[in-house]
Amino acid sequence: MIKFVIMVNQQGQTRLSKYYEPVELSKRAALEAVAVRCCLSRGKHQCSFVEYKDFKLVYRQYAALYVVVGVSDSENELSIYELIQNFVEVLDKYFSRVSELDIMFNLDSVHIILDEMIQNGHIVETNKSRILAPLTAIDKMADG
Amino acid sequence: MSDVVEKTLTALPSLLSLDSQPGSAKLSSNSKLGNLIRGITELTSKHEEEKLIQRELLLIKEQVSSPNTTMRQMKELMVRAIYCEMLGYGVSFSYIHAIKLAQQGNVLEKRVGYLAVSLFLNEGHELLLLLVNTVLKDLQSTNLIEVCMALTVVSQMFPKDMIPAILPLVEEKLNHPKEIIRRKAVLALYKFYLIAPNQVQHIHNKFRKALCDKDPGVMSASLHIYLQLIQENPEGYKDLAPSFVTILKQVVGGKLPMDFNYHSVPAPWLQIHLLRILSLLGKNDQSTSEIMYEILDESLRRAEMNHNITYAILYECVKCIYTIHPKSDLLEKAAKCMGNFVLSPKINLKYLGLKALTYVVQQDPKLALQHQMTIIECLDHPDLIIKRETLELLFRITNDQNVTVIVEKMLDFLRISEDDHTTIDLVGKVAELAEKYFRTYAPDNEWFIDTMNTVFSLGGDLLQPDIPNSFLKLLSEGFDSVEEDKKLRLFAVNSYISLLQGDSSKLPQRFLQVICWVLGEYSHLREDLEPGVVVRLLAKLLDMKSSSSETKCWVLMAMTKLCPGGAALALVHDVSETYSSSLDTMLRQRAQELQILSQDSELQAKVLPRSASMEPVEVDSSLSFLDGFVSEALAAGAAPYKPPHQRQEELSRSKALNLEPYGLSLPISISSCSITDRQSPTLLSISSGLSGDSTDFSHKGSSTALKLDGVKRLWGRDGYLAQKEQTEEAPRIEAASAVRSADQLGDNNASNSQTPNPTPSPECDQEKQQLASSLFVGLASQSFLHQMGKSDPTSQRFRRKTKASGSAEQITDPLVSPSDGSDNLLYKSLLDSLDLDVSPPEQTAGLVAPNGSCDAEEEPADADVKEIETPPVRDERVTAEASPHDDPDGSKDPSLASHLPAELSALSHSKVTLLFSKQNLDVSACHVQKEDSVVLVVFISNCSDSFLQQIRLQVDSEELEVSCVSDCPSEELKSHSVAVCQYFLTVKRPSVHFDLSATVSWQPPAGLPLTTQFSYRLPLATFVRALKLSTEEYGAMWLAFSHDTKQNLTLIHDGWDPLAATLDVLKRKLQLHVVEIIGVEAIVACCLQQDQPCLMHCRMHAGMLAVWLRSPVPDLPDCLLYCCQRALQEL
Repeated sequence: MIKFVIMVNQQGQTRLSKYYEPVELSKRAALEAVAVRCCLSRGKHQCSFVEYKDFKLVYRQYAALYVVVGVSDSENELSIYELIQNFVEVLDKYFSRVSELDIMFNLDSVHIILDEMIQNGHIVETNKSRILAPLTAIDKMADG
Repeated sequence: MSDVVEKTLTALPSLLSLDSQPGSAKLSSNSKLGNLIRGITELTSKHEEEKLIQRELLLIKEQVSSPNTTMRQMKELMVRAIYCEMLGYGVSFSYIHAIKLAQQGNVLEKRVGYLAVSLFLNEGHELLLLLVNTVLKDLQSTNLIEVCMALTVVSQMFPKDMIPAILPLVEEKLNHPKEIIRRKAVLALYKFYLIAPNQVQHIHNKFRKALCDKDPGVMSASLHIYLQLIQENPEGYKDLAPSFVTILKQVVGGKLPMDFNYHSVPAPWLQIHLLRILSLLGKNDQSTSEIMYEILDESLRRAEMNHNITYAILYECVKCIYTIHPKSDLLEKAAKCMGNFVLSPKINLKYLGLKALTYVVQQDPKLALQHQMTIIECLDHPDLIIKRETLELLFRITNDQNVTVIVEKMLDFLRISEDDHTTIDLVGKVAELAEKYFRTYAPDNEWFIDTMNTVFSLGGDLLQPDIPNSFLKLLSEGFDSVEEDKKLRLFAVNSYISLLQGDSSKLPQRFLQVICWVLGEYSHLREDLEPGVVVRLLAKLLDMKSSSSETKCWVLMAMTKLCPGGAALALVHDVSETYSSSLDTMLRQRAQELQILSQDSELQAKVLPRSASMEPVEVDSSLSFLDGFVSEALAAGAAPYKPPHQRQEELSRSKALNLEPYGLSLPISISSCSITDRQSPTLLSISSGLSGDSTDFSHKGSSTALKLDGVKRLWGRDGYLAQKEQTEEAPRIEAASAVRSADQLGDNNASNSQTPNPTPSPECDQEKQQLASSLFVGLASQSFLHQMGKSDPTSQRFRRKTKASGSAEQITDPLVSPSDGSDNLLYKSLLDSLDLDVSPPEQTAGLVAPNGSCDAEEEPADADVKEIETPPVRDERVTAEASPHDDPDGSKDPSLASHLPAELSALSHSKVTLLFSKQNLDVSACHVQKEDSVVLVVFISNCSDSFLQQIRLQVDSEELEVSCVSDCPSEELKSHSVAVCQYFLTVKRPSVHFDLSATVSWQPPAGLPLTTQFSYRLPLATFVRALKLSTEEYGAMWLAFSHDTKQNLTLIHDGWDPLAATLDVLKRKLQLHVVEIIGVEAIVACCLQQDQPCLMHCRMHAGMLAVWLRSPVPDLPDCLLYCCQRALQEL
């Protein structure tokens, strides 16, 4: 079960956050700060899974940006690790070479993509073209 | 990481930094969003951010409420608001505008509106109701994109009360020609199932249709529902196992379209999903497991590509193979596969391998042996996460030969761990191991006390409260041998004396309290030790700044027990003088007691007799001896008694004390707390010593150690069940030793274990070898293994059970009446409490109903009927679930339901389930919940064109009393008619599920009589009814019940009050009656058909809901607890 997906940069600024279990607004900032500290403190040759409280963080670094996913203990960490890659590949396909700024300027689109992939903490779609179908349809309508 | 991924990563260079990328061009744009983003990227401090966002919020606020704002602008405003909220600044003012945008915007704006709603609002937010109409409209839209959006938002959040409003529309979408709409409709139904399972009861057959959808996307969406359903009831879906296997076969075989591949692996997440479902279905079921062997084998074979995602699949595969009914060659392959994981240089794989191994050693501890050297290496791994996972593994393979080494390793880790959560977890595990193996492992006092000392010092005040509690209980209860007990206690005393002689300022408060208690209780065992010396050491603690007033109370209590003479007496006098004017009332109380008792050694000896810990104390829980005093006091005009809960409420307002209200010692605590003042009923120990006949009192009727008065108030009264565990342990030891003598194989290992700490040797490898042999000793034979941890969740619960049930007690000793002037209040108040406390539990015998069979069966008229069972059908078992693709089932419901007897038809009944259908005879059943009972209604319908004769039905259950209300007109059943039988069900013995087994026999017009068996399952919740009680009645009943259980449940965090939210769920799902909510605590009551009450006390604590259930009925608390757990998990 996925508890949240966040994207933070090395300065600790949150670029995207989506929670699948209710977390109070006041506690989110603290959680995100801890998550990024966890990831930053770990070297390249250390494990990409970190225990945090009663759940685990699975993280993956893309240049200056970290994607961190909080999962319950029963989750298959490696599949989540690859899910992150899949998510980034989808973003890359949509933005054609995605950058941190793309994510910032198109926060809504990124969220729409994420909504197609994960719902209620479960992976609901991983097929890239199907993930992007609704969004591209909306874009087409908006353009035309 | 594989090369493929490596390449992908380098192919994403544009994520690098802010400049040198296409996106930066947008920075120059003049849009407001652009301004905000530019602002954010230029931030240098938190303070600046706050200023920027506050300014932004003002702007947004102004614009959203302006009537001139277009929807296009509104869309941008919403994105900006999302930004602000993401950074932690609440934007509640814009919530309503998000809903408006979803209502009024064009396609893109609408999507952003929905998105903002789903990000801003919690499920259960009242504004969501405003969204219902919009969703309804969009679901009916001709624009597919709008339908799509509406379904997406519905599958994320929807007010559950409004589900019926849109359910028909969503169901309709299941037949939509577009796969994406069908898929999203299934996901929406999944959401409905999660939040309100009964609302979608009737469309289970449509789930089956979705599972068979020609589009793989729709099919995989339906798996979410099935995973959930199967988790709850694996028995009900066994028939689907072949379908899941076929699907997996097709996926693995690459039958899906190419775009489902991820790095050329076909739909990996789908495979993982299917494997999880299969492992649930195959668990403890040989025949279902057999269907899977082939595909599991193939999965193992196929997943040979060197890529992370194939390893993720393999991991799931290995888990599945070890969960289902074992097959040796598969196990072998899985073990080999796991070996590759653990040995992999890739750290993520190593981690997963350890995790798999941890899971697997619970089934087969020998596997740990195969990988012992790798495990040793992992234990020294520089990455703490790997180390931690290895310890988890070791914890599961602990046995009495390797326990010292494993505990040592865990303590080593604790010393370097900085994470609180890890510390709490590990400390708990070490304490568990230490206590468990202290009994079986040749009792080594030094090891035990030293280990516990380390636990207390490292755990600090984070320690779970039951650890010191059970430790002290273990000390005071001791074992069979008096001599051994004395040695243990003496060792503890010595160890603590030397600790106190050193620098005690660093010791955690909890540890100091343990030390105080032990010294007060047992320091007399050391004959060469003057009590004065101990008193002086203890006095040092009083002077320490770091000592909490709680600890000081413990110190004073210990001093009271010690009764020194000579110079120390003067010290005691000084101390009691100092603290008798303390502002802390508890301290003042203790000081008073110390003062009085230290001056009167005769009284002291009477009140605090030595070595009385093992003597049972009889407690008059009704305090009848005080009757005279109370009436006198009342006559003198003292204030009447305040019920405990009222007082509790006052308390919870005054200070956040860690107290548990319905203390086992409540009758006494009432008295003692009133003596001191109203501050805390839990701080009662010495004064209750005054009213009992020694310090050692416990809850009423307890025959086990009673020394824990003071402990109890601090640490809750979770007991430690020495006797129970011992009996459990005994056979194992015997078995173990038998194996040892029979099988010399373990010998060299055993010899190693006697020198468990590896001596430093020049050769590193040798050291590791030695460590390995001491760690993995005893694993060769399963009988050595004492599995620990998660696999043994019951041990905790059982501990409580030996406590004798409370019945009438008589106090034997007259009391020292306290001389304080404030006493009047107390004794007055007792009068009222007596009425409550003595009221007996309502425990009338259940209705005894004639057992089981329908009258029809006993009818003598058919003397010539022979029970001829046709061989092919004889042992056929049918479970209460329809077969796949069996659409017509659903359509039968309404017609059968109309056959419900008139008196039942008004009541709600469960779904009518077709139990089996054969030879033109259909049997269906449902149950009806009446206010005070449950009625099982069985429908026997004759679908043929001819008569069916001699129909007999017999229903039986082990846990239920089944009595026939109306029998079926069984002589003959006309064609196309329905016979209805009713059975009245009462609970004989609580259980989580009640299985009814039934046999039906009939005579078709031609041919031999037929017999078929079927079963029907009812959950416990069916029988649970609200028990309306007042708080006072509750308090009285609570004390009278003897069977109890305690556990922590997860809270439902709905944004608002989690306690209320959680109780709400329990109330709704299990019909519990919430008696009262007081601050973070609540009391809840229910009953099984009126005569079997169960009370529940809930308290929010550390993000969990600590529940404590009590009932006069054995097993009921445990079963109900399970139901509560399920009810909360189902959300």
